Amino acid sequence: MEGERNKTSVHKIWDLFASVKLAIVIFALISLTSIIGTVLEQRAEPAKNIQILTKLFGESLAPTMYNILEKLGFIDMYHAWWFVALLIILATNIIVCSLERLPKIWKVVKEPIQPMREEQLKKFAINREIVLKGKPDKVKDAVTGAIKGAGFNYTESKEEKGYQFYSQKGNYSRLGVYVTHFSILVILIGAIIGVFFGFNGHLNLPEGAMSNVAYSGREKVIPLGFDIRCDNFDVEFYGRSDMPKEYRSYLTVIKNGREVLKKSIAVNDPLTYEGITFYQASYGLIPENFGKGIFIFRVISRDGKISNLNLRFGDTFEILNTTISGKIIDLSPALKINEKGQVFTYANQMNNPAVYIDFSESGKHKYSGWLLKRYPETWQLPEGHRVEFIDYWGVEYTGLQVRKDPGVWVVYLGCITMSIGLYIAFFMSHRRLWVRIVEERNNTRVVIGATSNKNRAAFERKINKMLSLLSKRQEGGR
Amino acid sequence: MSSSIFFDISAFAYILAMVIYIGYIAFRNNAVGKAATSVTIFGFINQSIALLIRWVNSYDYWLASHPSSAFIESLLRAAPLRNLYESLIFFVWSLILIHLIIEFRYKNRSLGAFVTPIAALTLAFIDVSGTSKEIQPLIPALQSNWLLFHVLLSFLGYAAFGVSFGAAVAYIIMITESREEKAYIFWSIVVGIFLIVLIAMGIDLLSLTAVQRKEFIQSYFLKATFRSSSGGIVAVSWVVSIAFVFAIWRFGFGLKKILTSLSITPNMLDEITYKSIAIGFPLFTLGGLLMGAIWANSAWGKYWGWDPKETWSLITWFVYALYLHSRFVAGWRGKRVAIIAVIGFIAVIFTYLGVNLLLSGLHAYGEA
Repeated sequence: MEGERNKTSVHKIWDLFASVKLAIVIFALISLTSIIGTVLEQRAEPAKNIQILTKLFGESLAPTMYNILEKLGFIDMYHAWWFVALLIILATNIIVCSLERLPKIWKVVKEPIQPMREEQLKKFAINREIVLKGKPDKVKDAVTGAIKGAGFNYTESKEEKGYQFYSQKGNYSRLGVYVTHFSILVILIGAIIGVFFGFNGHLNLPEGAMSNVAYSGREKVIPLGFDIRCDNFDVEFYGRSDMPKEYRSYLTVIKNGREVLKKSIAVNDPLTYEGITFYQASYGLIPENFGKGIFIFRVISRDGKISNLNLRFGDTFEILNTTISGKIIDLSPALKINEKGQVFTYANQMNNPAVYIDFSESGKHKYSGWLLKRYPETWQLPEGHRVEFIDYWGVEYTGLQVRKDPGVWVVYLGCITMSIGLYIAFFMSHRRLWVRIVEERNNTRVVIGATSNKNRAAFERKINKMLSLLSKRQEGGR
Repeated sequence: MSSSIFFDISAFAYILAMVIYIGYIAFRNNAVGKAATSVTIFGFINQSIALLIRWVNSYDYWLASHPSSAFIESLLRAAPLRNLYESLIFFVWSLILIHLIIEFRYKNRSLGAFVTPIAALTLAFIDVSGTSKEIQPLIPALQSNWLLFHVLLSFLGYAAFGVSFGAAVAYIIMITESREEKAYIFWSIVVGIFLIVLIAMGIDLLSLTAVQRKEFIQSYFLKATFRSSSGGIVAVSWVVSIAFVFAIWRFGFGLKKILTSLSITPNMLDEITYKSIAIGFPLFTLGGLLMGAIWANSAWGKYWGWDPKETWSLITWFVYALYLHSRFVAGWRGKRVAIIAVIGFIAVIFTYLGVNLLLSGLHAYGEA
């Protein structure tokens, strides 16, 4: 008695998970709760979300609303237990539904096509009948030619007064839905692998600095197993605008004291080493380093002598073969020159670093001026010498997203599987075709019955075309 | 050569076509119908030329800042799908393309009266939103080979969904029997809001100076009506809108009569709704979700981050999945599934515009 009751409750649960109604409810629940998750900023400071809630519900209700939503996990809802539970229910639903339906569908897929009686053929959604001149043995080749022309490999059976040809195509396309469903499970498995065996960290690496760890969340330290060094970071802009064209970090991987990999990365072009990938994510100026960087100059004298210089603030340098020297006495991270020729600093980031140099000849002050990194015309000196401002190095950091996700290939595999599944499910159909030819008063009656589980209209057009070709050929052949 | 003259001609043609299509439904004159189709095709040809010219211009523009870029790479980076303006224009182009295909396959013009208003609303939105029509340099995040395919397939999908929306609304109009029916109330509210937004944006456009139009949409979207600084105007806007929706509700059966007297049947509309979703769903899944995830992984290092844009495209995906499952497996038919199709396209609009206008996110679209 007890056992039987248990069995029925197990059955009830099974039936629940095998029902499409459950899927519909889960779709709706995931969608509706997700809307809340897009309105509230996820994993944000309370103040931010209270501000959003104030806009929606007014000042008096906002704190209470926040407390309720926080208790329910909506501030980090995509990781909340109930959201994960919804995803698990969805996955279980997919598995149980497939187990429940697949055997029946598999039978339909594997079932060989059988010849039919004429009354049966006439019951099909697509059925046609025409009369061709001549006995069945004479028109047989034309008919089978037309069937082949429509792309069907047929089976032939001899009947009392004629033949029957029958064929099916795309029976496996019935599995498209299951391939699609299966791919969702594959993607979820890939995501789980990523959660358990991967990490998602970040690392702000100053130019010239090296690190063997990345950071996750607020304080969690993740060892990398090797060192990563930022040799240089550069932002390129479009023309004279401040619209970024490219962010580029020049990285070196060092393992056991040896440089093993050098690569410059940009957005959409990361570096991967030992399964850990470094993405260009952000950048910034290190304020306490700002005066301590290295000025990289290339000085070209009038007669073409080149010297490459690395200088610090306050340093003096000489132009080769001359008595002219320059001293660095001021700098700016982003300098602009307005129409009146005045200079001003317009940003805190290094959008256009500039250096102020005091030039002297034989110890006597000559002239001074700003050299701007992005304005080469400011590099030219009146005597024909040129001081090229190549870089101001060591004051910026590159913000790297550091990620290890061994599940990503599983996810991609799932994506490919889903594309194939959707293609099969939506653009392929299981088509069955029966053609019976019977002798009737020295002529042949052709009876056609056909079905398609999808896109019947297209199959109908194809059959109409086949028939019109058949009757046309006979007229032409006479 | 500038593409703008061709864009202007096509925009004008589509709006004219909308008027003629509505005239065709009202007067049921075949010559009017043919005129509507001809004007649409004329607009489509002009828009295709405009898109090609813009592609060529963007190509030159890209090469000017990236002289060493290879031919294929430049072609991919220059595809005219790079900002809000270009993607909306492409949406209109895809919508008209799919509409013309359906018109020729089903030999029925009436759907045009439901699809061209979506195109007209989009074009009105482009103008009133003041989104920049200039060719702009490509920011680093968008410099990817996925840009073209992701946006192209997403928008073909959106356009197919747009057609299904038009057909589903027409279907609900045809099948409802009384004003008390929930589906009837639903369609009158949806169509009402749709038209109110169109009209309100028109009022925005008329009330704005040229300088204001260049500003970002957020700063003045519906500012002339619902979001006006004057409380009186806001109140009047609401009262007029409610009266308008009420009028649609009261006199909506007129539309039903017109539709019934045409050669369209509810079955045909149901089939068009389904077929468009059957085309849109795989396109959107592949282009929008899957390629988007792959691109996100190569740009930001995570294929899925639950940012509002991603989440809303997933919501859209679930709504259409709901449509397919309720129709096929649960065997729902008629009003219920048509309502889901309508909700699906509302989710599409929110995914594309609402997220950028109202919510924060990583996507560049809508910011420029």
